[in-house]
Amino acid sequence: MENLVNIFVKSIFIDNMIFAYFLGMCSYLAVSKTVKTSVGLGLAVIFVLGITVPVDYLLENYVLKEGALIWLNPAFENVDLSFLSFIMFIAVIASMVQLVEMIVEKFAPALYSSLGIFLPLIAVNCAILGGSLFMQERAYNTISEATVFGLGSGVGWFLAIIGIAAIREKIRYSDVPAPLRGLGITFIITGLMGLAFMSFMGITL
Amino acid sequence: MKSLRKQFDKLKPNFEKGGKLAPFRSFFDAIETLFFVPNTTSKSGVHIHDHKDSKRLMIIVVFAMVPALLFGMWNTGYQHFLSLGQSVDIWTSFWYGFLQVLPIIIVSYAVGLGIEIVIAQMRGHEVKEGFFVSGMLIPLILPVETPLWMVAVATAFAVIIGVEAFGGAGMNILNPALTARAFLFFAYPSHMSGDAVWIANKADGFSGATPLAEAAAGHIQNLPSPADMFFGFIPGSIGETSTLAILIGAFILIYTGVGSWKIMLSVGIGGLVMGLLLNALAVNPFMELPAYYHLLMGGFAFGAVFMATDPVTAAQTNRGKYIYGFLIGIMAVLIRVFNPAYPEGMMLAILLLNVFAPLIDHYVVQANVKRRLKRVKVKA
Repeated sequence: MENLVNIFVKSIFIDNMIFAYFLGMCSYLAVSKTVKTSVGLGLAVIFVLGITVPVDYLLENYVLKEGALIWLNPAFENVDLSFLSFIMFIAVIASMVQLVEMIVEKFAPALYSSLGIFLPLIAVNCAILGGSLFMQERAYNTISEATVFGLGSGVGWFLAIIGIAAIREKIRYSDVPAPLRGLGITFIITGLMGLAFMSFMGITL
Repeated sequence: MKSLRKQFDKLKPNFEKGGKLAPFRSFFDAIETLFFVPNTTSKSGVHIHDHKDSKRLMIIVVFAMVPALLFGMWNTGYQHFLSLGQSVDIWTSFWYGFLQVLPIIIVSYAVGLGIEIVIAQMRGHEVKEGFFVSGMLIPLILPVETPLWMVAVATAFAVIIGVEAFGGAGMNILNPALTARAFLFFAYPSHMSGDAVWIANKADGFSGATPLAEAAAGHIQNLPSPADMFFGFIPGSIGETSTLAILIGAFILIYTGVGSWKIMLSVGIGGLVMGLLLNALAVNPFMELPAYYHLLMGGFAFGAVFMATDPVTAAQTNRGKYIYGFLIGIMAVLIRVFNPAYPEGMMLAILLLNVFAPLIDHYVVQANVKRRLKRVKVKA
């Protein structure tokens, strides 16, 4: 239990997808104009990460890893399918995103239209694939660890995007120098937010 | 005062459009409004007129910092002579510290105001008054041994990236002085922490560790007494050692209504609550430290009074201020105790909550909107 809490806190604050690894920047920069839409996208990312990471965990441990197929037949002991992991992970992610898209379209049409192209683009969002690949690299022991890690990464991403969305709403009427308006100042804000998030670097749990 | 007014009136035509010194108009304007409240008023829209313009507010904050500054100067000298093992009278100590601290203040103001004036001139607006305060805050939160060129680089970074990129003072999202400090901390860590930087020209054999460093290392028996930490006879950044001097500043800020007592109070409560919580857990000696120690050590008091209350970067709503302050207190103690990489957590806690202050405000406002809508519906 303590272990799970550690993984959760760690993936939200210390290994934050945005501020520690700068993953998932495209939708983070593009959809963060208002808090309302970014909450929608953030929730979608939490959902997708929370499902794809455990599903990919099962794939990794029962299909792809060296000797993972042993449950089918002891003769498969030396079979290593991990070269397939990218394509398998992406397939899982794409289908999950499809599912989210259908749910959002059905239940929140307004959000669906304001998210626009960025909802299907979650499929190629590096934060999502990053989540699965980190799971593979860090070799979590149980499926609950993987799930908690996925959810935590999603929550971290969610915090980052609503944080910057509120800042962008606040500075909407600021007299930003013309060359920096729009994305320029957003990059600067991201950098400064990263500076503030440095407060968590180095904490060992 | 009258002759001064006359001097200004005589010089003014030179700085108007077409005058000989027109390029320095914003500089003249800055100096003039420093001494006299401008008699020009807004022409459009509805405005509330008040004698308290932002320049007057900023000057009050600078006044409130004077006790901490004077004490800091004396303490710089005191610590220096203490490390040498000499005992000298109060004026010698003060004079020594004065000579150490003054160049840092001059560099900070010269670089910051220089950049402000150039940019104001380029963009065609007046010099904003925000830097009056930041220029004084930056020296107060630095170790006394900081090389002057570092002060200059950090000030330039804070003013250009932290403030001017956002459109000048009043639009920035992070406290400029803390931005400068954090910049130095991450760019030149060896000059911003450790035992050697806190005392000017320290004798080699003397331990110059700050109370926080001692506590983090687990040497609780080496900690100075709470009274020493309260009055500030300890090594530390120039202006932040004496909780007493800072409290005098806090009194000035609260009495004049410039600083928000809500934030100061909730930061203190947040720190105490977290300290007590850690006492309850108490796994290592740092956690067992009495909770009120956290309020006396390091930059906690200084940050709570002068940094967290910055009206630009703090939460704007009343309820938001309580949440904002409380979280700063909690985060500061958390980072201190749990993050071995940083001995002091106040700076990063305030920066972190600066980042999330707009979000707190957003949700406080939304909650208010929702509550009022409900009231409308009940009536209808």
